[in-house]
Amino acid sequence: MSNPPSTGLRSWLTTTDHKRIGTLYFWTAFAFFLIGGLEALIIRAQLAQPDGSLVSADTYNQLFTMHGTTMVFLALMPMTAAFFNWIVPLQIGARDVVFPRLNAFSYWVFLLGGLFMNASFLIGAAPDGGWFGYVNLTGPQYSPGLNIDFWVLGLQILGVASLAAGFNFIVTILNLRAPGLTMMRLPVFSWMTLVTQFLVITAFPVITVALVFLLFDRTFGTNFYVPAAGGDPVLWQHLFWIFGHPEVYILILPAMGIVSEVLPTFSRKPLFGYTVVVYSGVLIGFMGWGVWSHHMFSVGLGPIADSFFAAATMLIAIPTGVKIFNWIATLWGGQIRFTTAMKFAVGFIAMFIIGGLSGVSHASPPSDLQQTDTYYVVAHFHYVLFGGTVLGLFAGMYYWIPKMTGRLLSERLGSWHFWLTFIGMNLTFFPMHFIGLLGMPRRIYTYAPELGLGTMNLVSTIGAFVIGLGTLALVINVLWSRRHGEPAGPDPWGGATLEWSIPSPPPPHNFDVIPTVTSRLPRWTTEHPAAPSAPGSAVHVPPGSWWPLVAAAGLPIMASAVVTKLLALVFLGAAVLVFGIYRWAYEPFEV
Amino acid sequence: MTHATSMGLDSRKLAFWTFIGSECLLFGSLISTYLVYKGQSVVGPYPHEILNIPVTSLSTFDLLASSLWMVLALAAVQRGDMKWAKIWLLGVAIGGLIFLGFQVYEFTSFVHEGLTLQRNLFGASFFLLTGTHGAHVAVGVIWMLTLWVQALRGRLGPQNAITVEIAGLYWHFVDVVWIIIFTLVYLLQ
Repeated sequence: MSNPPSTGLRSWLTTTDHKRIGTLYFWTAFAFFLIGGLEALIIRAQLAQPDGSLVSADTYNQLFTMHGTTMVFLALMPMTAAFFNWIVPLQIGARDVVFPRLNAFSYWVFLLGGLFMNASFLIGAAPDGGWFGYVNLTGPQYSPGLNIDFWVLGLQILGVASLAAGFNFIVTILNLRAPGLTMMRLPVFSWMTLVTQFLVITAFPVITVALVFLLFDRTFGTNFYVPAAGGDPVLWQHLFWIFGHPEVYILILPAMGIVSEVLPTFSRKPLFGYTVVVYSGVLIGFMGWGVWSHHMFSVGLGPIADSFFAAATMLIAIPTGVKIFNWIATLWGGQIRFTTAMKFAVGFIAMFIIGGLSGVSHASPPSDLQQTDTYYVVAHFHYVLFGGTVLGLFAGMYYWIPKMTGRLLSERLGSWHFWLTFIGMNLTFFPMHFIGLLGMPRRIYTYAPELGLGTMNLVSTIGAFVIGLGTLALVINVLWSRRHGEPAGPDPWGGATLEWSIPSPPPPHNFDVIPTVTSRLPRWTTEHPAAPSAPGSAVHVPPGSWWPLVAAAGLPIMASAVVTKLLALVFLGAAVLVFGIYRWAYEPFEV
Repeated sequence: MTHATSMGLDSRKLAFWTFIGSECLLFGSLISTYLVYKGQSVVGPYPHEILNIPVTSLSTFDLLASSLWMVLALAAVQRGDMKWAKIWLLGVAIGGLIFLGFQVYEFTSFVHEGLTLQRNLFGASFFLLTGTHGAHVAVGVIWMLTLWVQALRGRLGPQNAITVEIAGLYWHFVDVVWIIIFTLVYLLQ
């Protein structure tokens, strides 16, 4: 049995190892995170003073659109995917995900989709209709250029990647658990991954349809969103937010899962109320489907719809609040070690509470009408997405990168990273509450000095650059520790879950012998069991495959047909896709 | 697949059920849009002027029958009766092709009667909904022909009946979706 090549470009292009795919996701998402952050810095530099003149209005539109789109689809979601890939199989005692080649396919589709969308910058036509892409603004009449075509097609490609990963991880978690690892013994991170993937496979088809309508309106002259023909732009808003609100939970639930692993480890206490935390996560997943119209109160949907969605939105704060209390109770009386991972996890709780509270404040339609489309909303969702998701992901990095690389990150640099980020984000986003309530709208490229908002905007801009410095500390830390970090050993933190029972980095087959689980905290409750007997024969590792990459390449080729108006590319791309799928289906590949 | 799974279900089958769940939302969005836009078109042709229930009933009957052939194909593969397996698999593919033929005829005649994608909301939402369904049927036909070729080459048997079972899940799902479309679009005008 030949093992896959372990070094060289080919080994990465053909890899089906969940850990290597996780690493690819990590670096790609990291690169897009830096690009998205750079876009944010240019936005903040432009807004540092009234009447800013750094960029034109047109460039500004492209910047905030690509900042939002990049952060949501190309940085945060794939960074959660990096952790799903790396950690879930290790936590459930599996040798890989259930469909390793489909996993590789997801990564390549994501990469090519991200490159496709960003290729628009090369021709100076980056998407400029906001990450929510409201029609009629994005319709053919008001956005005749190629900008929105890149956005629509890029998102369609990325959706394929997310869907494929969704099916893969649901089945992996349900079906590849080690013996004895019942669902109610599953680590919370893996649980939240499961809930997230159910949201992915149900939410993405909805935006797929919304985008197909928009594509047809733009390319074939249909009238889905054209009022003159009886079409309704509000249909787009409904479809977009039916996807878009679950998407919010797709971004936050993995971070909640990470924090639920980090807090117990560094408090040396089991998670308080495991069952309630899990059920709250599931409940958030369900309720996340019933709140989308709170993004649309200003449309005027009528009192009944407004009341329903206001009530549902307030209700969803309950399971979220339950989790917060459980995390705090986990800390209570614990032997707390303030490692960098722990600092970020505690920071997550504090910042997420602020974001959650401002969120509840616009659950009420009358209040929301004052806040909608102002910087208050920008403040709110950055507290949940940066203060929540990003801090949670940073906690996950300091916690799990030692497992991935075998080396600890520097705690000293980590401390710099944490404090710069923490102070920077509050400087950046806290003033935005006031900026918004005092009347500054979102998505404007400049504002008049008479508004009197220059000082607060300057503070916000300074904060953004402080975050930039913090991120620089992270970049240095991650690169430096690859060579010079202290060796981590299998279990640097005294973790409770299975990933800490194997070497860091793990061997290609993860577990020499698949463990048998007898409790929720296997590493804390088992008295170090007799060393598992060595496997009778070499553990089989599946070989790599080219076909996921080939099949994935078909999608951007097809998408290019719309922006180049070359119909032949549709057939070429489809042929590549079908060819890749057939070779994939009929190549010998024993998992 | 030789590994034991936590739920005792074949992983490919479980994955396919999650895929079907996802597809429900896809068709759900398309059907909802059709219903929301019903009666909103500002110019004709309108549904009652153009939809041909008798002809579509025939194609519906054909698609339903092909689901029966699918059941028979799977049963034949499972008991190792490859002669009938080949016949039924080809039957399913032909049933799908006949359905697609009806759809091509229907679309062509609608265009001749003035209903195009661009004409009105009914045209746009109707063609996209039924077209997406037709694309699913077309994928199914290719899948059935692939299985049929595998059977001809002697590579299909009771040991990999699961691949036919999954193809069957797909085919029945596409069929159920059509029953919903036929009811909501054609019968309830």
